[in-house]
Amino acid sequence: MQYLVSVIDDTAGLATPDEMAAVDAFNDRLQAEGHWVFAGGLAAPSSATVIDNRGEQAMFTDGPFLESKEYLAGFWIIEAADLDVALKLAAEGSKACNRKVEVRPFQ
Amino acid sequence: MSGADVREAITRAHHEEWARVIASLTKRFGDLDIAEEAAAEAFATAVQRWPADGVPANPGAWLTTTASHKAIDRIRREHKRDGKQKEAQLLYDDDPPEPLGAIEDERLRLIFTCCHPALAMETRVALTLRMVAGLTVPEIARAFLVQETTVGQRITRAKAKIRAARIPYRVPYAEDLPARVSGVLAVLFLVFNEGYLATGPGTDPVRQDLTAEAIRLTRLIRALMPQDGEATGLLALMLLTEARRTARVSATGELVTLAEQDRGTWDATLIAEGHRLVRERLAARVAPGRYQILAAISAVHTSARDVRDTDWSQVVALYDQLVRLDASPVIALNRAIAVAELDGPEAALAAIDRLEDRLAGYHVYHATRADLLRRLGRSQQSRAAYDKAIELAGNTAEIAYLTRRRDQLG
Repeated sequence: MQYLVSVIDDTAGLATPDEMAAVDAFNDRLQAEGHWVFAGGLAAPSSATVIDNRGEQAMFTDGPFLESKEYLAGFWIIEAADLDVALKLAAEGSKACNRKVEVRPFQ
Repeated sequence: MSGADVREAITRAHHEEWARVIASLTKRFGDLDIAEEAAAEAFATAVQRWPADGVPANPGAWLTTTASHKAIDRIRREHKRDGKQKEAQLLYDDDPPEPLGAIEDERLRLIFTCCHPALAMETRVALTLRMVAGLTVPEIARAFLVQETTVGQRITRAKAKIRAARIPYRVPYAEDLPARVSGVLAVLFLVFNEGYLATGPGTDPVRQDLTAEAIRLTRLIRALMPQDGEATGLLALMLLTEARRTARVSATGELVTLAEQDRGTWDATLIAEGHRLVRERLAARVAPGRYQILAAISAVHTSARDVRDTDWSQVVALYDQLVRLDASPVIALNRAIAVAELDGPEAALAAIDRLEDRLAGYHVYHATRADLLRRLGRSQQSRAAYDKAIELAGNTAEIAYLTRRRDQLG
């Protein structure tokens, strides 16, 4: 069972060296214990471009599709047996990156 | 067997077997929704068949078998309609928990799943009352004064989340157990309080039944986890509170305070059982948790034949212990009420005034201040505090009591 662990940020600041080190250590553990699928950090929401090609011509819009105080700063995709395991890993991830996270199962 | 006997047998089977039927079907078919529907159908079949066929020798086994057949029928129907195999084992247990002694009962898994921390509190309450206590959606809605559709949606969404997010159907791992048990007890305490506060004439009986359901489920938890001191503590607290239920509201529907209650009407059997449980925890010589301390405080109160015999220094000492575990302002407020009896209203008022910024929206804070100000002869301030308490109180018995006290001020 795979879960998306989204990192929710409400600060403009980038991760500090301590946070980066903690995230690296957490990632190593995910890999060692077989929970790792994928992870990545994202550039600022202002760097996003929204594309809508449902009509005749693709429309490009500058900026994120949702302007909000909280935004997606990065994510993990983890493999876990059930939600209890996923929640426990996500709690450690939140501690490591020093941000709120959201856990959502894949279909 | 008379019709009344059969009805009683069905009611008893519903009380004793509902959770077991749901639990065993959830284990077998891996889905709460299927289990719930099949259990409801099995009980409906019992209502039709038992009066003519007689009550089976083993009602629980009959109900489980009947419900299993209903579940298989449904799965076959869906299989035909969808043209594909029903997804197997949506809820599952391929990862047995750490050995926990005698915990084998299927109902325990059910309770832990219904009270999972990934579900909202009101969802846990609704799901526990539906799946474990067997209340219907309309009953839960009436008990909590919310719309039936709201309760129905809560339960439907919860079942969908349990399935989609794979909330496990098992007893938590040993390391998580204390926190998860305390989560379950919190749900039961909330159910109890909702029923207890609803006491009084003109209240829907379903609401009052909540205290009985909460006690029944807490007894079950205690029976399943006898080593958990807080489960015993919570049961004792509920029994000692329930014992005073009828004395707590007057014939005219007004709240009667502990000091003014007719102690002769307290339920001696419940008090004796509560005291026995409190003594059992004292004998265990393990540092008590909050429910055990609250139960001990209740035991002190219910040991006094007359309010003047109350051992207030013992009550304050227990509150001191509680404050160290739980720094909440409500506990501090209750401690101050005991201090008023021990050291006088002046000392209590000083302690309470320090809580103002955190409790200004809580009616009991204002009611307590009003009473202390009254005892100090400060009528005008007391009246203002009663006004504020009445404005904030939601329970009719409490409003009636507060209004009378205010109007009695000189």
